[in-house]
Amino acid sequence: MEKTNKIFPGKMVFGFFLSIVMTVLAAIVFYTDFTSSVKLWIIGALAIFQAGVQLIMFMHMNEGKSGMINTINIVYSVFIAAVIVAGSIWILSTGHAAHY
Amino acid sequence: MSLDQILVTGDPMILASQIAILITMIALIVGISYFKKWKYLWSEWFTTVDHKKIGIMYILAGVIMFFRGGVDGLMMKAQTSRPNMEFLDAQHYDEIFTTHGVIMILFMAMPLLIGIMNVVIPLQIGARDVAFPKLNALSFWTFFVGAMLFNISFVIGGSPDAGWTSYFPLAGKEFTPGVGNNYYAISLQIAGIGTLATGINFIVTILKMRAPGMTLMKMPMFTWTSLVTSVIIVAAFPILTVALAFMTLDRLFGTHFFTVAGGGDPMLWLNLFWLWGHPEVYIVVLPAFGMFSEVISTFSRKNLYGYSSMVISIVGIAFLSMLVWVHHFYTMGNSAAVNSVFSITTMAIAIPTGVKIFNWLFTMRKGRIQFSTAMLWSLAFIPCFTIGGVTGVMLAMAAADYQYHNTMFLVAHFHYVLIPGVVFAVFAGLYYWWPKMFGFKLNEKIGKWHFWLFVIGFNLTFMPMFFVGLDGMTRRMYTYSEGLGWEAWLGVSAVGSLIMAAGFAALCYNIYWSFRFASREVGNDPWDARTLEWTMASPAPHYNFAVVPEVDSIDPLWKMKKKGIKAFTKKDLKPIHMPSNSGIPIIMGIAFGIVGFFLVFEWFTLAAIWSLGIIGGLIANSFDYDDGYYVPVDEITKTEGLDDTERKWKGDQ
Repeated sequence: MEKTNKIFPGKMVFGFFLSIVMTVLAAIVFYTDFTSSVKLWIIGALAIFQAGVQLIMFMHMNEGKSGMINTINIVYSVFIAAVIVAGSIWILSTGHAAHY
Repeated sequence: MSLDQILVTGDPMILASQIAILITMIALIVGISYFKKWKYLWSEWFTTVDHKKIGIMYILAGVIMFFRGGVDGLMMKAQTSRPNMEFLDAQHYDEIFTTHGVIMILFMAMPLLIGIMNVVIPLQIGARDVAFPKLNALSFWTFFVGAMLFNISFVIGGSPDAGWTSYFPLAGKEFTPGVGNNYYAISLQIAGIGTLATGINFIVTILKMRAPGMTLMKMPMFTWTSLVTSVIIVAAFPILTVALAFMTLDRLFGTHFFTVAGGGDPMLWLNLFWLWGHPEVYIVVLPAFGMFSEVISTFSRKNLYGYSSMVISIVGIAFLSMLVWVHHFYTMGNSAAVNSVFSITTMAIAIPTGVKIFNWLFTMRKGRIQFSTAMLWSLAFIPCFTIGGVTGVMLAMAAADYQYHNTMFLVAHFHYVLIPGVVFAVFAGLYYWWPKMFGFKLNEKIGKWHFWLFVIGFNLTFMPMFFVGLDGMTRRMYTYSEGLGWEAWLGVSAVGSLIMAAGFAALCYNIYWSFRFASREVGNDPWDARTLEWTMASPAPHYNFAVVPEVDSIDPLWKMKKKGIKAFTKKDLKPIHMPSNSGIPIIMGIAFGIVGFFLVFEWFTLAAIWSLGIIGGLIANSFDYDDGYYVPVDEITKTEGLDDTERKWKGDQ
């Protein structure tokens, strides 16, 4: 709460800078000669960082009274989504059930 | 579609049911009209947003569904009681085990637990209602409509018959072309909306509406388990929603999510179903653990042993519950890596569960135990559930599971988990919280009959199934030949099921007897309990707490009683802000039911027209600016018996 009295919003500017850098990087990667799967991995990773920057720096996920609850909520959601998607792909694409 | 396709014809038992249902409905309508109770029902129950009344309606619906699912169970037991029985044919048997499973899990266990949660949670945390009272009513009505839609299937159109798991390709249009499995997809979808909303409602209620001073680690254990359950609901139910949406699209609109010929994969259904289905087991069993914790602590006259280890193990169970689903289909032909990982996570769940078992035992150690009916259920739970848990660890080993998979051993295992873990808990909870709901206790003597008949019947019914399972009897087998050595086991099992049914009858008689004859003088705190719900009159006044209590320990009421502190005095009273009743939830629920019915029969135009009712309800709700009303201090004074002229508690007639 005390931080709102500060005149220069350093954190915001830094966040803004970071998101621009990551967006530009993603665009640069697109025009490189990497194979498309490498490109996708890099762009995907940048997207995840980008989402993190947005949540923490602009959406103030971990601040205020329910900061803790919000953080746990997001981490748990990411965990659940990863389990459902990665788990399903793993189960349905390995073993002889997938190779009949 | 012609009339003889809509009404199931040709089976005398179903014809008898149709006639019975018709007569019952006419009798209900005539009876309510004759006693002029429509207005009372509408204004006091159908439109209520009071969490206690909604809870009671959930419990009533759950008990009725228990009867329906129980009759299904008895019919199965009758059919397998002797070799080559001809009581049911294969199709009828398929329909009955399917509806038995769906009803017992989704329309019996869920509403009974959610009902008790509804009644108790706001009272335990010092709140006046749940966070979203109108949404709570909508949850109830969507659940109820979903349950009714599922239940009419056996007289109108035909029951679902692909098992409660509805595995594809059997549940696809190609192999079950009738409307039965449409009922499964649509009614579960409607009921699922309600459950998801309940989960959200309770998370917000518990996180935001606790009494001042009640930190998370000072919450009663039942509140803790309900919070964690709600989190699992919100994580897991959307998966069911998606799976059922795929099923609906496959069956109604000809897509091919689950058919190999069209590029789909039937194993995707199993994967999604159990991604929801396994957490669902913990959704029903965790609140039950919470109830046992409250009951054991109260009747041992001790605080709960190992409170923080209890909390850690609940959260641990919730975390692991999302990581074990493949153990339901080890035999699909997975890679060794998949089966090994899921074997390990499954066995790991036994650790936090074991911690809880020992915590209950240590709570009782050196306690002054009172053998009330509620406590008896908790005592019986521990050994019975442990048998279920240990056989679960046997099933968890993927290599060994190739032997047990889909045998009666598995069926016995999950009945040993779910009946002690859920049904015993609900019975314990009903006996324990009944006075807070209705202002009188259930009779303890009839309760003992209920207890002994049910527990003995339960063990006789399901213990033999372990042995026929190991002897090779597969699950869902509707008949068998003589000379396999199963006759004696299955005969005992059938007799046991009748004893269990007698136990349920004793419960119904107990409810009837106690309504008529039980003493109304139970006071606030009939069990000498420990938590906030026992600070107010029984039954709880509609505003719950005359003054919101302040809390500084885990068992606030116990501390108040030890120190002789009064909850509040007359001058603390202020007007209380309460939510108004609303008719929108029930109207939306009915619209959901009609749309669902038309979708089952694939009458899309009619479904589209009636879905305007749902949208209309949402719009009407958005323009509803009713901010509730205030209960004036005079009324509170009178209800609380603080009025000098009329010092009367509700019980003192």
